[in-house]
Amino acid sequence: MIQKLTLQAELVRKRTLEIIYGAKAGHTGGSLSAIEVLTALYFKVLKLDPLRPDWPERDRFVMSKGHSVEALYCVLSARGFFPDAVLDTFGQFNSPLFGHPTRKVPGVELNSGALGHGLSVAVGMALAARMDKSSYRCYALMGDGEQGEGSVYEAAMAAGHYRLDKLTAIIDRNHLQISGKTEDVMTLEPMAERWKAFGWEVFETDGNDIAALLDCFERSEKVKDKPKLIISHSIKGKGVSYMENIAKWHHGVPNSEQFELAMKEIDSRIEKITH
Amino acid sequence: MNPMSNTVPCRKMFTDTLLEMARKDKNIVVVTSDARGSVTLGDFASELPGQFIEVGIAEQNAVGIGAGLASCGKNVFVCGPACFYVARSLEQVKVDVAYSHYPVRILGVSGGMSYGALGSTHHSLHDIAVLRTFPGMHIVLPADIYETRRLVMALMDYPHPVYIRVGRNAVPNVHDNDKIDFTIGKAIRLAKGKDLTLIGTGETVYHCLEASRKLSEHGIQAGVLDMHSLKPFDAEAVLQAAEESGRIITVEEHSMFGGLGAAVAETLVQHHPVPVKILGVPDENAVAGTPLELFRHYSLDAEGIVKTALNWLRA
Repeated sequence: MIQKLTLQAELVRKRTLEIIYGAKAGHTGGSLSAIEVLTALYFKVLKLDPLRPDWPERDRFVMSKGHSVEALYCVLSARGFFPDAVLDTFGQFNSPLFGHPTRKVPGVELNSGALGHGLSVAVGMALAARMDKSSYRCYALMGDGEQGEGSVYEAAMAAGHYRLDKLTAIIDRNHLQISGKTEDVMTLEPMAERWKAFGWEVFETDGNDIAALLDCFERSEKVKDKPKLIISHSIKGKGVSYMENIAKWHHGVPNSEQFELAMKEIDSRIEKITH
Repeated sequence: MNPMSNTVPCRKMFTDTLLEMARKDKNIVVVTSDARGSVTLGDFASELPGQFIEVGIAEQNAVGIGAGLASCGKNVFVCGPACFYVARSLEQVKVDVAYSHYPVRILGVSGGMSYGALGSTHHSLHDIAVLRTFPGMHIVLPADIYETRRLVMALMDYPHPVYIRVGRNAVPNVHDNDKIDFTIGKAIRLAKGKDLTLIGTGETVYHCLEASRKLSEHGIQAGVLDMHSLKPFDAEAVLQAAEESGRIITVEEHSMFGGLGAAVAETLVQHHPVPVKILGVPDENAVAGTPLELFRHYSLDAEGIVKTALNWLRA
């Protein structure tokens, strides 16, 4: 399972770079950092049916860091929500795939892209689940730069107040945002303590390690009576050596040589996994 | 019944009707932001706590939560002062509700200049202008308690997001009862007139009706169109009024820019140009006063409308 998902993540990583390269646009760094967490969610954690994206009992996932949409599209397509060929329209006129998620795309729950919105919506979903005595869980993936938005803490406060234990928030903690290091832009630490103070159970994990992520999700789901936060420590630009931990790759697009180099790096890892 | 004798504010009629519906329909959920008093949600909260969500003073969160609930099939009413929901949480209304097209109902109470001397922080004189540019967002300002009641009923199975604005105080009735032909998106013609038509929305409709009565004493036949829905906008009714009467005065408790007057003018100038006068609040922060004083100051009451009409027709 771990090996299979690790391979799946690398395939998604490759496809993500392909569509960004094809469109000559995209949010590269934050897509790459979030690929393992998205793969873990869509291929293992979430209860879903790609053929019935509106199945009422599905787990809800809200992509609050909407700019990392390229990774989301590639994961959704790989999971069977829509054909792979649709990905090639990314960046083309009138493509169903905008540069931020929209509900036109099967599997997307919310139009997002303005930061600080997703967690409130996930709180609403978790409240609906409680009212209906349904068993589905609700997840929201946020960026670490996104933690600057005050609305995040309105949602955090409400989730703590209502003890929403079917709610899991994830912060893709890659330490970089568009202007540079998150802590230089605005102090976000002590992140875990802040969330604990709002009544959340906080978990920390390597966000680019499928095994660690799956273990973390499993442990978190055992906690009752509290919402859960997973701080997913990741590397911005993960998996492409020259992009890793470099802020300019936030929305940098590789040129042809850079693209080839990235493909080579990923291919060699794929070969290692499969042999 | 004397229309002036009504003592029930539209917000109270709204929440009473909603409670009546919600007793039978567990799918109805109310979300509010420390505004149960302002909205008159006390009865709802104590009788149906399982269908009531308090988020504290956090309008952005209220709207986001509303969208999440609606995405799971709830019929959600996010309720609070209009001024905050169409400013503080405007991006949530734009993205989570309108753009995502979740059928959340945003009930903005004490809208327009209802809060009078509390000042511009508490006025919502921009809401129509802003919200009508959001694709998919519908906007309704009921004129009296009967329209309010019918609106709540219409919202039981309405598939679009809707912004509703009502005032704070009780307003005179425009109708005698709730047996009216009320459909979201369809204007109601309250009087026919060959000399001009007065078009109002929300609380100004009553003043248009009064003005029409007064103008008849001057031998002027003024039609009255109740434009409770700003979106969908009943352009046909406006065109018919223009064809029949040749002149239009619009009256709104809103900025003169971008609201009812603008919507009427946009329609007419493209399809049937006739002279239009727009009565609203000019480009200034409203002066201090009670709502009635402010209506008088900005010529939004019957007297002001009559004066405007007479000056215009006699010029």
